[in-house]
Amino acid sequence: MGKTFIIDDREIAFDGSKTVLQIARENDIYIPSLCYHPKLGPASKCRVCVVEVEGIRALQTACTLMPKEGMKVNTSSERVIDARRMVVNLLLANGNHNCLSCEVNGACELQEAAYRLGIEIPAFVVEEREERDESGVFIMRDPGKCIQCGRCIEGCNRLVVNEVLDFGYRGGHTKVICDGDLPMGQSSCVQCGECVQLCPVGALIEKKGMGKARTWETKKVRTTCPYCGVGCQLELHVKGDQIIRVTGVEDAQPNQGHLCVKGRFGYDFIYSKDRLTTPLIREKDGFREAGWDEALDLVAGKFKQIIKESGPDAIAGVSCARSINEDSYNMQKLFRGVIGTNNIDHCART
Amino acid sequence: MTNSFKEFENAKLFFCIGTNMTEAHPVASYFVKRAVKKGATLIVADPRRQPLADHAKIFAQIKVGSDIAFLNGIMNVLIAEDLYDKKYVEENCEDFDSLKAMVKEYPVEKASKLSGVPVETIVEIARTMASIKPGMLCYTLGITEHTCGKNNVMSTSNLQMLLGNIGKQCGGVNPLRGQNNVQGACDMAALPAVFPGYQSVADPAVREKFMKAWKVASLPDKPGLMIPDMMAGLPTKKVRAFYIFGENLANSEPNITHVEHELSSAEFIVCNDIFPTETTRFAHVVLPAAAWCEDEGTFTSSERRVNRVRKIKEAPGMAKPNWWIFKEIAKRMGQEWQSEGAGEIWDNEISMLAPAYGGIKYSRIEQDGLQWPCPNVEHPGTEFLHRDGKFSRGKGLFKGIEWTPPAEVQDKEYPFVLSTGRRLFHYHTRTQTSRAGLDMILPEETADISPADAEKLNIANGEYIRVSSRRGSVKVRARVTEQIPGGMVWMAFHFRDGNANWLTNNVFDPETKTAEYKACAVKLEKER
Repeated sequence: MGKTFIIDDREIAFDGSKTVLQIARENDIYIPSLCYHPKLGPASKCRVCVVEVEGIRALQTACTLMPKEGMKVNTSSERVIDARRMVVNLLLANGNHNCLSCEVNGACELQEAAYRLGIEIPAFVVEEREERDESGVFIMRDPGKCIQCGRCIEGCNRLVVNEVLDFGYRGGHTKVICDGDLPMGQSSCVQCGECVQLCPVGALIEKKGMGKARTWETKKVRTTCPYCGVGCQLELHVKGDQIIRVTGVEDAQPNQGHLCVKGRFGYDFIYSKDRLTTPLIREKDGFREAGWDEALDLVAGKFKQIIKESGPDAIAGVSCARSINEDSYNMQKLFRGVIGTNNIDHCART
Repeated sequence: MTNSFKEFENAKLFFCIGTNMTEAHPVASYFVKRAVKKGATLIVADPRRQPLADHAKIFAQIKVGSDIAFLNGIMNVLIAEDLYDKKYVEENCEDFDSLKAMVKEYPVEKASKLSGVPVETIVEIARTMASIKPGMLCYTLGITEHTCGKNNVMSTSNLQMLLGNIGKQCGGVNPLRGQNNVQGACDMAALPAVFPGYQSVADPAVREKFMKAWKVASLPDKPGLMIPDMMAGLPTKKVRAFYIFGENLANSEPNITHVEHELSSAEFIVCNDIFPTETTRFAHVVLPAAAWCEDEGTFTSSERRVNRVRKIKEAPGMAKPNWWIFKEIAKRMGQEWQSEGAGEIWDNEISMLAPAYGGIKYSRIEQDGLQWPCPNVEHPGTEFLHRDGKFSRGKGLFKGIEWTPPAEVQDKEYPFVLSTGRRLFHYHTRTQTSRAGLDMILPEETADISPADAEKLNIANGEYIRVSSRRGSVKVRARVTEQIPGGMVWMAFHFRDGNANWLTNNVFDPETKTAEYKACAVKLEKER
């Protein structure tokens, strides 16, 4: 064993590349953290991750603390818990954190910290806070739930580089703003939703999913985005057959959790009332509904007739650049192996 | 793409030409912008001052359709100033003399005149690219959608070979594919001259292999038709039946009036689709298909990565998976196919028949997908192609390329050049995005014009104008924006009303048959 240090009487090896917080998480030791996010790195703002280090007087933030040989870290001393309780109580006092109808109830990192610290009733009185900003087409902002951790701002500026969000004003008036404090819907925001995915609380919410499911009712299904050719990996949060929300799969290639407006919010076309639900056959003045056998017999019969009369090259087909590989494979197999022509193409070059 | 998205973050230099990544491939643009923040150098060449240009060290606002002249000018400087990678060229490439002789004909002054890019900018680009290695070249449809599309592509390869940038991590020639599975549809051989995995239909041994696997007595050996020729065959009855799977050709092909004439003259059209579209209006039989989320399967992304797609719900009503529809037609024409479902089709057919996917099995792509070539189940997949300059064909082939203008250029009657593309908030003909709330952000088409032309023609931002070409005319709102240079109009094809394809020119690259969506001549008038 190389270098080691002690967390809560456990001896743990380290190589100098990771913080105490990262190492604690890898070893299933709970340290709350509200501003730190693995994609963003340490911010050392919220102070909720403080730990006690033997020989150092002040409490240290675990998100910035690098272990040293023989260092002794205590993550749950009375002093640590008291400090964390104070931080969480102040954050709770600084907004309207009503969990009853909050969309992220059950997935909220502030709620989790309060639960772990045994805060049943916030210690301080709730102040009046700002109205919700519902001007964004897909994203709702609730400043009353914002804890000013800065994750959304970092994500907007450093990760997706859309450069819309920032802190505005000073002191007790500090808040997250879009451009020069415009409503989100009037700002330069392109609704990519990176901020929503990073938000540890319910201050940034996907409007489409509001009121549709509690967080613990959904199961996550990984899939690939149906829009451009980047191939972003999506996590569909599904209840029954309904998609409640979509997030990017963290650590996945190629998108590392990031998405754009179409990938994150453009999913519900599959539920449209306009969907084709039955085979249609042309009549003189429009289409009539038909069964599969009739429609397929008609297609196969017509193809056979044309092959007989004019040869297989009188049939041509265009495949779909949106559908799955296996569909395109079967279509070209039908054209080559059954009809007997290479007249098969798709919009390959456009 | 020869290389991978994960390399973007660590790249030292990007040369992005004809790619509006910020809108068409937003997540890719995040990585480019992040790399720039960390110190990478970004060079953007585009007729529009599109959003990526704001992050660029050098922005070259090239004239529509001048790519080859511009690239030849850069290569002229690289050779004249002895800045190219001589060792790489000698060891890994051939026919350098063909390139050298051609680019000699493009002294920087001439390249500047043809492309509209100042002489000193062309020189600066050449010197910058020579001094920062390797560099990643990225392009999108701004390169391919021209009558000289294939030559444009070859010019980008010439440049990257000359710089020794191919076969290296954070280098390469990287076309960002426009649709989620356009790479896959190519790989699966929805193409007229190859079997899956790019195996030639002309090769008797390949045909033999597929005949055996598919249990058929013969397979056609001559290449089939490409889309424009298929459609041209409809009025003449050379093509009597046309099967359109999930494409909205009536809005997406150039010159809608002409396209609809072709479709309406067809003897028999079958469409598989998830929605009624402008194209299904012409069908004789419409077959309702399962959509994304209603079937298991795979998409292959731009970086050659085969990713899983999963089912969360049943298709509505009687709608069925497309693979099932094709299998049922095959059955009614006398063939029983074994594979049932995408997993069996992939594992038992595709990965057995196409060597590049030999090692890709569903069990291996539960999490991150694998990048082909992946010849066996121990293979980790291929992050970048042509490693160490060892090209698939042996040596990298240079070819001197002569610049050719677009088929239709501006004249007195039609004094503006129209170029087209996609916007962030919609996707293609909006079959999906219009049913997912994105109309709330972008409710209608616009014609984007320059402030100078708006002033000259007395057109206000948001005012209805008429844009006309020799093929059609549309009423559309003007969007006055600094992105557009004088003399240019830019439009998209998302909406039926004001669709750019009423105007675009149905002329094609002679080999790839890609339409010249990026250049035609139009006129602008105030709508009264």
